Amino acid sequence: MTFDAAVVRKDFPIFETETRGKRLVYLDSANTSQKPRQVLDRITQFYETENANVHRAVYELSEKATAAYEGARAACARFIGAPAPRSVVFTRGTTESINLIRFTWARQNVREGDEILITEMEHHSNLIPWQLFVQETGSILRHLPIDDDGRLRTDLLEEYVTEKTKLVSLSLMSNVLGTINPVRTIADAAHAVGAKVLVDAAQAAPHLRFDVNDLDADFLAYSSHKMCGPTGAGVLWGREELLEEMPPFHGGGEMIREVWADRATWNEIPYKFEAGTPNLAQAVGMGAAVDYLEGLGMEAVREHELELTRYALERLESIGATIYGPRELHDRGGVVSFNVEGVHPHDMSTIVDQEGVCIRAGHHCAQPLMRRLGVPATARASFYIYNTPEDVDVLIEAVEKSKGWFA
Amino acid sequence: MVRVSLEDLYKEVILDHYRTPRNKGRLDPHDVLLERNNPLCGDEIELFLKFEGDDLQGISFDGKGCSISLASTSMMTEKVQGLSLEDARQVTESIKRMMAGEEEGDMNELGDLVSLKGVVKYPVRIKCALLGWNTLLEGLEEGKPAST
Repeated sequence: MTFDAAVVRKDFPIFETETRGKRLVYLDSANTSQKPRQVLDRITQFYETENANVHRAVYELSEKATAAYEGARAACARFIGAPAPRSVVFTRGTTESINLIRFTWARQNVREGDEILITEMEHHSNLIPWQLFVQETGSILRHLPIDDDGRLRTDLLEEYVTEKTKLVSLSLMSNVLGTINPVRTIADAAHAVGAKVLVDAAQAAPHLRFDVNDLDADFLAYSSHKMCGPTGAGVLWGREELLEEMPPFHGGGEMIREVWADRATWNEIPYKFEAGTPNLAQAVGMGAAVDYLEGLGMEAVREHELELTRYALERLESIGATIYGPRELHDRGGVVSFNVEGVHPHDMSTIVDQEGVCIRAGHHCAQPLMRRLGVPATARASFYIYNTPEDVDVLIEAVEKSKGWFA
Repeated sequence: MVRVSLEDLYKEVILDHYRTPRNKGRLDPHDVLLERNNPLCGDEIELFLKFEGDDLQGISFDGKGCSISLASTSMMTEKVQGLSLEDARQVTESIKRMMAGEEEGDMNELGDLVSLKGVVKYPVRIKCALLGWNTLLEGLEEGKPAST
């Protein structure tokens, strides 16, 4: 089956709506994606025919709910090449997954004077948890720089990855620059000094086929809501032997094995990390999103986005926009940050909104990166499976219009 | 009720002040210098105030940001310069009420500033429009009324 965005688009009920009386041109999928009917129907089906709590009750309905929930876990494991579903912990999303590592593995393994290495392009979700962590522990946070094209300075790895480094935490794909980072190269350097590697795959998972084994990651986090699934679900994958040794995260029901008045023992992984009633329908919806994307084929998704990105870069360049991030497409995803001289991104976003175009404007939860780029803000268009070249044309026309207002 | 299309709002009001900001640059000497930003979009402002007794004798600003935040701040400096601290505070409160969508009888006193009302239709931009005003309100707190 060949990939046809115009057909894919029909799976998404939101495109039957209009915005400001215009055809909806949604170019903010790096922020959150739209949801296909297949995912929405699966969630409704769960509530209508399978809803009960999981792992607790012995009646048939609960078994159905448990099967749906664990089926979603298996899908989420398969999606990233994880060896076993038990190495996949359901969380609220990437932010919670990263914070889970902060409060469990990092507390156990990172001491005063040790170093955590992140990069200059991280989203706040992979920056703030570590700022807080080093303040609490007296450990040290370092940032691997980027070059002017928005690529990581891997030539500096020797300087930044040292015997003191205990954790390297980085994104697989930048939410601002679109850069796809050479995680394997960095993981090799980290492992050479005994450090662990946490991969923030929030931006990558919706768009790229990857495998935790090929990346040689130790932990990997991704979110449902950016990849056609509902909000409130995400994954932390970890190597089983690491998850086994980690202390629990939240305390509560389900995460225990045996409880006394003054102490308790912990459930097996991954349940040790899933205190309380999980976001069941959301997890099931995330599993349905995985099925949906696998049905399209992640290679086809990538191919489609490459075409759109190539076209968008070409068109934006032709109208004199400044583009941030790599210019070659081989290590770039479908996220394009840009500025147009004389038009502040906020003004642009408001003006193009009049034409039905949704783009993000601002710092994209990456203020240090904005400082590095030397701009207070950028406009950002991000593409997904339901976007077409026509969307790019409408964007360009709307951007031209915003230029006209300020001319 | 003032009805302004987005294009009119930009073309007739915002762009004039954005292109030709009034009272832009350092004010020396000054009594108060406040630096504030809009964390949502990275707009930054420096506000300089000079007091003379109970009056706001001088005001200027510097910074970078979107047209709505810079134009609103420029218009603000024109409006409040020379007012008593109390009057400046009242104008600021009126603007904030207007941006909160509260209709008030005394909006005529705001003059040209009423044109900013168009921003209310674009809720995420209200923070842009109020950056200067909120900064002014903080600065006025530091103004020392003359002892009587």
